Amino acid sequence: MSAGVNATVPGTDVASVPLPMRAENITKVFPGTTALEDVTFDVHPGKVNVLVGENGAGKSTLMKILAGVEQPTRGRVLMDGEPVQLPSVTAAAAHGVGIIFQELNLCPNLSVLDNLFLAQEIVRGGTIDRKAQRQRALELLDRLEQDIDPDEIVSNLRIGQQQIVEIAKALTRDVRVLIMDEPTSALSQTEVEGLFRIIDDLKARGVSIVYISHKLDELLQVGDHITVLRDGRVVAHAVATDVDVPWIIEQMVGRTPASLFTRSEHEQGEVLLRVEDVTLPRLGGGYLLDHVHLEVHAGEILGLYGLMGAGRTELMEVLAGVRPEASGKIWLDGKELGHSGVADRIDSGVVLVPEDRKTDGLVDALSVAHNMVLASLKRYLNRFYLSAARERSAVDQMISDLSVRVSDRAQPITSLSGGNQQKVVVAKGLLTEPRVLMLDEPTRGIDVGAKSEIFQIMSRLAGEGFGILFVSSELKEVLAMSDRILVLSKGAITAEYSRDEASEEKLVAASAVGHGPAATHHKETQAMTGGVQA
Amino acid sequence: MTRTELAQLLLRGRAVLALVVLVVIFGILSPTFLQLTNIEILAKQTAINAILAIGMTFVILTGGIDLSVGSLVGLTAMLAGLLINEGLEASALAVIVYPHTWMVLLISLAAGTLVGAVNGFIITRFNVAPFIATLGMLYVARGAAGLLNNGNTFPNLVGREELGNTGFSELGTGELFGISWAIWIMIAFALAAWFVTTRTPFGRAVYAVGGNERSAELSGVRVRRTKMLVYMISGFCAATVGLIIASQLVAAHPATGVFFELNAIAAVVLGGTSLAGGRGTIVGTLIGAFVIGVLTVGLNQLGVSSFWQQVIKGVVIVLALIIDQLQQRAERRLALQQQAAQIGASPDSTTTTTSDS
Repeated sequence: MSAGVNATVPGTDVASVPLPMRAENITKVFPGTTALEDVTFDVHPGKVNVLVGENGAGKSTLMKILAGVEQPTRGRVLMDGEPVQLPSVTAAAAHGVGIIFQELNLCPNLSVLDNLFLAQEIVRGGTIDRKAQRQRALELLDRLEQDIDPDEIVSNLRIGQQQIVEIAKALTRDVRVLIMDEPTSALSQTEVEGLFRIIDDLKARGVSIVYISHKLDELLQVGDHITVLRDGRVVAHAVATDVDVPWIIEQMVGRTPASLFTRSEHEQGEVLLRVEDVTLPRLGGGYLLDHVHLEVHAGEILGLYGLMGAGRTELMEVLAGVRPEASGKIWLDGKELGHSGVADRIDSGVVLVPEDRKTDGLVDALSVAHNMVLASLKRYLNRFYLSAARERSAVDQMISDLSVRVSDRAQPITSLSGGNQQKVVVAKGLLTEPRVLMLDEPTRGIDVGAKSEIFQIMSRLAGEGFGILFVSSELKEVLAMSDRILVLSKGAITAEYSRDEASEEKLVAASAVGHGPAATHHKETQAMTGGVQA
Repeated sequence: MTRTELAQLLLRGRAVLALVVLVVIFGILSPTFLQLTNIEILAKQTAINAILAIGMTFVILTGGIDLSVGSLVGLTAMLAGLLINEGLEASALAVIVYPHTWMVLLISLAAGTLVGAVNGFIITRFNVAPFIATLGMLYVARGAAGLLNNGNTFPNLVGREELGNTGFSELGTGELFGISWAIWIMIAFALAAWFVTTRTPFGRAVYAVGGNERSAELSGVRVRRTKMLVYMISGFCAATVGLIIASQLVAAHPATGVFFELNAIAAVVLGGTSLAGGRGTIVGTLIGAFVIGVLTVGLNQLGVSSFWQQVIKGVVIVLALIIDQLQQRAERRLALQQQAAQIGASPDSTTTTTSDS
């Protein structure tokens, strides 16, 4: 804290008061990708320091480095002007850095109390002092204006309440810097307001906050300093009062959002896929899919929009043959399809590009080429063995068609960037020579350039007469790419709009049908702001 | 050749290197070690474990494990013994049928495959963890082996001329071009397994299921069928070994094959196959089997006590895996460093920072 130490720190232009925390020239490399490149990020004392950027821009990586979860490849972290090593979360906590992760890190089987003091129990005489813990917990929960029973088992709490417990857990330690990763993603509007009051209170106590969120208007409301990351670099920095939402979007995307989408007009043909009365029961009553009817024409991009849990993914899974318990009828080219699983659906020409690349789309242990041909092995059979030459030519064709950036078709799939991995999954689907291609959130977690390429591919395929069924949570994407849009809510189709009729307001309204008014409001804001981010 | 290919080659090459080093060491320490007869003994002994390990490789590649193979060796040996010495009793007709020697082989192989299918069925239909399902089968098959002759041996499996079931011992003691059948069988199985794992859709499915079952299923891979088949292959290999051993001894003992499953797993793992599934090769498994074989035969010849042999074997297995992990980590670090160096070299031009205060 001495001035002498301060003077030795290069590049510190705020020499008078050392920053509580500063990440300096941080570079972080992961296999196949560079998450951060020479990033410098200042945490201003007693302020809310916002980090914003698209998925994959490097926000989470930077945050993890500050919290001691990841180590920088190059660069260093300073606290109060002095370089510190943060090899673990515990080490960061010892320096007064607390973190609230986006995914809840609570033990659902333990009580609120047990969770709050996990691995930092208040101990007296070798045993846990439950009384002292309870008192401390009640103080904390009271400060957070929450009426949560400390003895309740965490899994019995609503998600919003669990989030509050997570925040309380971070506060059980004396934090000077608190990192919050999407803390409002599971909160209702009132809970969000409560959180903002807590943040004000923390600021007043001198706690510096690093705040990450996708909800842009919320960032401007709560933030003091805004730092925008794009493709692993800091592209802009500003005081929150000087900027507005369009400015943030411009910095995040690096171009106007409209140029992202390619959409060429094309002829639509006959009905390709007809779905009648598809129903999927929910465990414990009700429906995941409630008597769904739909048609997809040749050359048509049919968009499916809905909130989380509306049944979009389930619908695609039923069509792909993953859900044998579903009832209903499906025709392709006027021929009814049986209920006999994924392999037969693929043979018939219906293939799914699943939502989660990592868990559903790729096999990490296999190479790029072997992943690509996995769904279409029959095509390369020479009597009873696989023809290496035929495989190779199919893979090379796809690599050039979809401009997959690889140095070698035999390289491990994990060494590719998210966007290129996604193209491999799409290529795998295309190699089955489908008639109907289903894409579930095809642009999730990939960078802007790759998104735009995926859209080009979709548009081209529609032009070639494929029927395309496309799910996205991002309103802008659905509106820009679809010829026709169906809205799902609680497993039922609640609206259908042509390209010209559809608007953000209409889709949001239809997606909320069947939800209670309170929930509607909260989900609506979530959906609308979710739509703004790319 | 890319770096990954080179790394793979080194990884495989290291196992070969270890094998060569072992052979050289034993060759120096024991003058008889490199004699032709000794090498054949070595190969013959290794063949037993290698055949089991080949079947085990399929199972482990799918992310499973088969603990029942040792017991299956015992059970199929006893079954062959029963068929040759006592025949099949058709009680309804009150006659005893003695199958021809070829039929004995076929029935035993079918029985082993069937037990493998039961393993697979339990694992795929009832979602029982492979470890548990095959652990259960380990006990059941061993018990059944004992039940076949009340815990006694079937001795003297030579058959009788008038029944047409002679010649069983040919399998264990016979030779082709001066090399015993067990070694030929090992070679044939290895070639077939190599072909299946590298060149057929089923082989690709095995790797995919072990790497990511869900992705495999969504790609149209018939996951259940694939898993069923790998346990059947493992059972078939175990039955083959049971027959070879019974034939070599010209007798079937119910305790044949105790702990064989562990030797087979050790060979697979030494060969670089990941217990998590999805990664590994048949060639690696063969090398692993030979490393164990060389160790056993070599240490025997040097007169090392069997207790020390066990200690050494255990140390070698764990050491090999530690080196594996170290090398993988080193490779990852190297790749990251190279990547970082590339970025450092490129000029930093795109950052435009609008300053705040």
